[in-house]
Amino acid sequence: MSRRGHVAILLAIALLLAPTLTVQGAGANQLEIFSWWTAGGEADGLNALFQIYRRKYPGVEIINATVAGGAGTNAKAVLKTRMQGGNPPDSFQVHGGAELIDTWVKTGFMEPITAIAREEGWQRVMPRDLVQIVSYQGEMYSVPVNVHRGNVLWYNKKLFDDNGLRAPTTWEQFFQVAQTLRSKGITPLALGDKNKWEAAHLFEDVLLASLGANGYRGLWTGQTPWTGEGVRRALETMARILSFANTDHAALVWDQAVQLLIDGKAAMNVMGDWAAGYFTSKGWKPNVHYGFAPAPGTAGTFVVVTDTFGLPKRAPHRQNAINWLRVAGSKEGQEAFNPLKGSICARTDCDMSKFDAYLQSSARDFSRNALVPSEVHGSAAPETFATEFNDIVNVFVTRRDVAAAQRALQQACVRAKMCR
Amino acid sequence: MSRARDRLPAVLVLVPSVVAVGVFVYGFIGWTAYVSLSGWTTFIPDLSFVGRRNYVELFQTFRFQADLRNTVVFTLTFLAACLVLGFLLAVLLDQRVRGEALFRNVFLFPMSISFIVTGVVWQWLLNPSTGINLLLEHVGLGVLRSPWYTEPRIAIFSVVLAATWQLSGFTMAMYLAGLRGIPEELLEAARVDGASEWALYRYVVVPLLAPITLSAVIVLGHISLKIFDLVFAMTGSGPAFSTDVPGVFMFETTFRGNRFAEGAAIAIVMLLLVAVLIVPYLWSTTRQEART
Repeated sequence: MSRRGHVAILLAIALLLAPTLTVQGAGANQLEIFSWWTAGGEADGLNALFQIYRRKYPGVEIINATVAGGAGTNAKAVLKTRMQGGNPPDSFQVHGGAELIDTWVKTGFMEPITAIAREEGWQRVMPRDLVQIVSYQGEMYSVPVNVHRGNVLWYNKKLFDDNGLRAPTTWEQFFQVAQTLRSKGITPLALGDKNKWEAAHLFEDVLLASLGANGYRGLWTGQTPWTGEGVRRALETMARILSFANTDHAALVWDQAVQLLIDGKAAMNVMGDWAAGYFTSKGWKPNVHYGFAPAPGTAGTFVVVTDTFGLPKRAPHRQNAINWLRVAGSKEGQEAFNPLKGSICARTDCDMSKFDAYLQSSARDFSRNALVPSEVHGSAAPETFATEFNDIVNVFVTRRDVAAAQRALQQACVRAKMCR
Repeated sequence: MSRARDRLPAVLVLVPSVVAVGVFVYGFIGWTAYVSLSGWTTFIPDLSFVGRRNYVELFQTFRFQADLRNTVVFTLTFLAACLVLGFLLAVLLDQRVRGEALFRNVFLFPMSISFIVTGVVWQWLLNPSTGINLLLEHVGLGVLRSPWYTEPRIAIFSVVLAATWQLSGFTMAMYLAGLRGIPEELLEAARVDGASEWALYRYVVVPLLAPITLSAVIVLGHISLKIFDLVFAMTGSGPAFSTDVPGVFMFETTFRGNRFAEGAAIAIVMLLLVAVLIVPYLWSTTRQEART
């Protein structure tokens, strides 16, 4: 055989072996944290947690594995590939509730952390409803690091004061306020639903207003029928609300809608309280530039969106990951993380003087209100249902066909095995 | 003797790529087809056989019906626009204009940009309240304002516009090469026979360019049938799925919804759509090659 032939064969063999040779040594003292916190305050908050970790556990190299993009949808796709490929990070960000339990716990990818929770005394300082959201069959599977509120109405204070308006507490009042604003040539409601979930988020709050906390909870257990009166009323209200939104809503995403308030082009917006983080980043102050109230008809209830960290089975650096969970659940960690992220502590013993007026009011409501899980943000229903829910609302926004939407919701509910 | 000695290394060198293609292309096509017939609808792999159920459900959903309509409309208008525009540009450039190289590069340039970038740029350009509409207003042409991709009935054409901008330069380059390849004597002969310029193009040039048109249709057609990144970056699904395509639906079903079986079914339908276009072409070329 010619010399060239030998070289070619060696090269071919080398190419075949290359992937196995580049696998990293798992022995290094590292900690890989996977999240979708890449922007502004959320990245700052994550770094604050990292700093505390470095101080307590020097010598551990932290690998910050983040994937950018809309509410974590891209990151989740990457994470799923890694988990199925048997290459989990040491710990990853996951919404408490169905996203954690249905996607990861029931499928056997997670390790319970009840023992760590007991050592750290988390059950004593976190509300029972919240611990419930991250538990399955009596075991706790992740540690909540923050709480966001999903049902908030934001408004431009100046536009409201100039026109002698007050924040509506019911959707009927909302329509009166909206009429007044429209007659003055102001767009009443800012909406940006290019990513679909934003309109679904609004509808979730309308559902809650129409059904009340218990009726709303029943939607995810099959006790409240999707074909019933309450859902029909919610859809009809939703159709009316949409007639007061900006016409270019399909071209915008949620923060561009919030920007319409800042620019004075629209007066109200319904969004989770990450909007407050956006206001802050633009120099707007609560009760000075912007006002806030529970979304109409939802006073006394608190739609919980919680970010948590769990412990995947076969985490490459298990001990480091456990130490990370301790930091994420600690008072010190949460007090450092949350003011930057624009959310409140999952613990009830945080020093609230470190938080602004909006977050203080949110924390007050959190300790008193009925807590209900958010569907759009992964806590109430399996992801199978969540994507279909978004699709159905997206079609409804254009067609406003109540009967068709109710039929589709019922079918999706059956398909996700939430109802029969 | 020496032929046999050459053959061994040749075979050994080829084997890895044959194995790789066999596993990573055909193996995975087979695997996807198998998953599409299974009941894998959560994150736990469930490979129990359910027959054609996923396909039946798929074709019944509103969203997939919209996807198929959009794909047909998109492919037809995008192909027509690219071919006509590319041909016209090539004819114009073929008049030996000054600075031809510059024009050629200007028209070809968009092709070097990724679809993601094109999508982001055009999503801004066609944004109803900024971009082109704002420009029209400023120059006093406010009547030409359009809602572009926020109006469900015309939204898909906004995406066609962006895709055409990106790829008509490619058809131009192909047609230009084709035009340059037509022997001058042929055209002269036609002119001597008294053919008008119109007849010249109609009966001589266009038929001679048929193989090029076919290649362009194959290349552009399979791009448009599988398109994902442009739509994903530019409009997403659009209002009421007016710009949704199977690629986007497949991504969301599989990686957001965890419905792996249904996602695989969408992927197989996409493969079949492309096959409808490619297989006759491959068949005719292999037959031609066998003949020569």
